[in-house]
Amino acid sequence: MARRETMQRKIFITALAWVVGLIVFFPILWTVLTSFKTEGDAINISGFFSTGWTTEAYSVVQSRSNYVQFAWNSVALALGSTFFALVIAIPSAWAMAFAPGKRTKDLLMWMLSTKMMPPVGALIPIYLIFRDLGLLDTRGGIITVLMLLNLPIIIWMLYTYFKEIPGEILEASRMDGASLGKELLYVLTPMAIPGIASTLLLNIILAWNEAFWTLALTTKDAAPLTQFIASYSSPEGLFWAKLSAASTMAIAPILVLGWFAQKQLVRGLTFGAVK
Amino acid sequence: MGTISLKNARKAFGDVVIIPGASLDIKNGEFVVFVGPSGCGKSTLLRMIAGLEDLTSGAILIDGKDMTEAAPSKRGLSMVFQSYALYPHMSVRGNISFGLKMAGMPKNEIDAKVAKAAATLNLTEYLDRKPRQLSGGQRQRVAIGRAIVRNPEGFLFDEPLSNLDAALRVNMRLEIMQMHKDLGATMIYVTHDQVEAMTMADRIVVLNRGNIEQVGSPLELYNRPDSLFVAGFIGSPKMNLISGKPAEKFDAQTIGIRPEHLGISLKDGTWPAKISLAEHLGADTFLHVDAGPCGMMTVRAAGEYDAAPGAKIFLTPEPDRIHCFDKDGKAIRK
Ligand SMILES: Nc1ncnc2c1ncn2[C@@H]1O[C@H](COP(=O)(O)OP(=O)(O)OP(=O)(O)O)[C@@H](O)[C@H]1O
Ligand SMILES: [Mg+2]
Repeated sequence: MARRETMQRKIFITALAWVVGLIVFFPILWTVLTSFKTEGDAINISGFFSTGWTTEAYSVVQSRSNYVQFAWNSVALALGSTFFALVIAIPSAWAMAFAPGKRTKDLLMWMLSTKMMPPVGALIPIYLIFRDLGLLDTRGGIITVLMLLNLPIIIWMLYTYFKEIPGEILEASRMDGASLGKELLYVLTPMAIPGIASTLLLNIILAWNEAFWTLALTTKDAAPLTQFIASYSSPEGLFWAKLSAASTMAIAPILVLGWFAQKQLVRGLTFGAVK
Repeated sequence: MGTISLKNARKAFGDVVIIPGASLDIKNGEFVVFVGPSGCGKSTLLRMIAGLEDLTSGAILIDGKDMTEAAPSKRGLSMVFQSYALYPHMSVRGNISFGLKMAGMPKNEIDAKVAKAAATLNLTEYLDRKPRQLSGGQRQRVAIGRAIVRNPEGFLFDEPLSNLDAALRVNMRLEIMQMHKDLGATMIYVTHDQVEAMTMADRIVVLNRGNIEQVGSPLELYNRPDSLFVAGFIGSPKMNLISGKPAEKFDAQTIGIRPEHLGISLKDGTWPAKISLAEHLGADTFLHVDAGPCGMMTVRAAGEYDAAPGAKIFLTPEPDRIHCFDKDGKAIRK
C-alpha cells in the first residue's frame, strides 16, 4: 500500500516538475523559435511553428550592429564589477563572520535594505554625478555602479558561507603555529573556495543581465548586450524575429555558463543551505 | 618543564564575568581534569590557557615563564577540540604534518615524525584519506596525532570523547592514559563524564560558575568534599542530601550520604522508607525510595535486589560516611 502510494507520488512530482520546468523555459524556447522565423510568421503568434525556417533575422542583426563589441562590453562589465566587488567583499565578510561586533547584524540588515530601494530613485543623482564626472558611457563608470549594486548581495553570500566554517578549525591552525597570513592562505581560503566560486558565478550572471543602469548610463562605447537588444525593440516598430535573434545572441553565453555551473549556482542561490 | 600556573586569571565577556579569578598550580606531568556543570566555564578556562581567549586580568605561567600575552603557538601546548576541528581539505597526512610545516621543519624529518605518530595511533593505512572518509574514532585519532606530533610540553583536551559511542570511549580513554604514561607530558582534560574524571585524573578541579570549588585527587573529592556543590557533583548516582530534622541531629544544616553507604534492612534501621522505583543494572540495583522526613533518596543494593514498589524497608547510614554541611554549604569537619 505504502509502496504504491510513493510510486504515485513520484510520478505526480515528476510530472509537476516537468510542467513547471516547461512553463519557466517556455519564454526562452519561444524566443529561440521566433528568431528562426520570417518577420511575417513571427508577428503571427498563433502559429507555434514557422512555415519556413530561416536564419535571415540573424544575418540582418549581424550586418546591422556590431555584436562582438556589445558582447565584449558585457564581458568586461560582468567580470570587472564582480572582480572588484570580491576584492572588497572578501575581507568585509571575513571580518563580519569571524570578528563580529555589536552592530554587525544591523550593518548587514542595512546593507540588504538598500536593495529594497527602487533604483529609479537614485537614477537622477547618479546620472548627474556621472555627467559631471564624465563617466557616462564609460566602462569604468558602469563597472563601479554594477559593483556597488551587487556588493550587498555578495557580502551577504560570502558572510553566510564564512559563517559555516567552524571557528575551531581556524583556532586549531593558530595552535599549530600558522600566522594570520598562512591561516588565510592554507586554511580559510581553500575551505571557502566553493562559496567564493558560486558567489562569483551568480554575480557574473546578475551583472550580465542588469538592464536598468546599463540602459540608462550607456549609449555606445560602453554599451553591453542589453543595449544591443533594446536597439531592436521600439524605434523601428515591431520586428519580432530580429528582436528574438538579438535576445538569443545576448543570452546564449550566459545560458551556457549557467548550464555548466548549475551545481554551484543552486548552492549560491540558496545561500549555502544546500550542500 | 611543563608546569602550568594560573595567577588569579579572570575572564569577562563585556559585563558578563565568566571566570571571576582562578588560581591553580599544575605540576609537570600531571593529569588534571576540569569538571563542572554545563556553562560553568571549563572550556573558557582551557581556552585561556591555550591562548585562544585573552585574559581580562591575571596571569598564566607556563614553565615558570609569563605567557599571558604569548600567541597560542608560542606556548608549547597542543589542543584537541571536541569537534576534532580537522582541516577538511587536507589528507590525514596533511592534518598531522601541518604544525610541523608551519614550524619550518625539513620534509624528511616531517615524514619520519608523521609516520611514527601514525603508527602509534594505527592510522598508517589512512594517511592519504580525507577526514570525511574516516569514522568518528579515526578522526579523533587524527586530532590526537596532530597534537602529539609537535611534541608539546602540555596537552589540552576539551571533551575529546563526547562524540564517540560508549565502547569506543572506553578504548580511547585507555589509550589517552597510556599516552600520558609514555609521554610524561602535562595534560589538562575537560569532561563532564564522572567515570572519565575519576579514572583518569591525578587531580580533579571542580568548577562552579567559573569558581574553582575544590581541587584534589578523585578519592579526596569523593571522601572529603569541601562543599555541598562538590558533594552533589562528584559520584554517580548523586549523594543524597538531607536537610531539616534528620540533619539537626548531626548539628548540621544539611547532611549527605552516598547511595552506596546506606545499609538496607527489612526489620529495623534509622530511617523507614518506601520503595517507589527499582533500577536493575545487573551488578547493582538502585532503589529510589521515599524516606518520609528525609525526602526522596537513592540507595544502592548489591546484585539483583528483589524489590516490589511500595515495599517498606529501613535504611541505616554508615556513621563515618555521613557528610555534614553548614548553612553556607561548607563542610563541617569533626
Ligand atoms: N564569546 C563569548 N561571549 C559571551 N559569552 C560567552 C562566550 N563564550 C562563552 N560564553 C559564556 O561563558 C560561559 C561558559 O562557557 P564555557 O563554554 O566555558 O562552558 P563549559 O563549562 O565549557 O560548558 P559545556 O560543558 O557546556 O561545554 C557560558 O555561560 C557561555 O554562555
Ligand atoms: Mg565546553
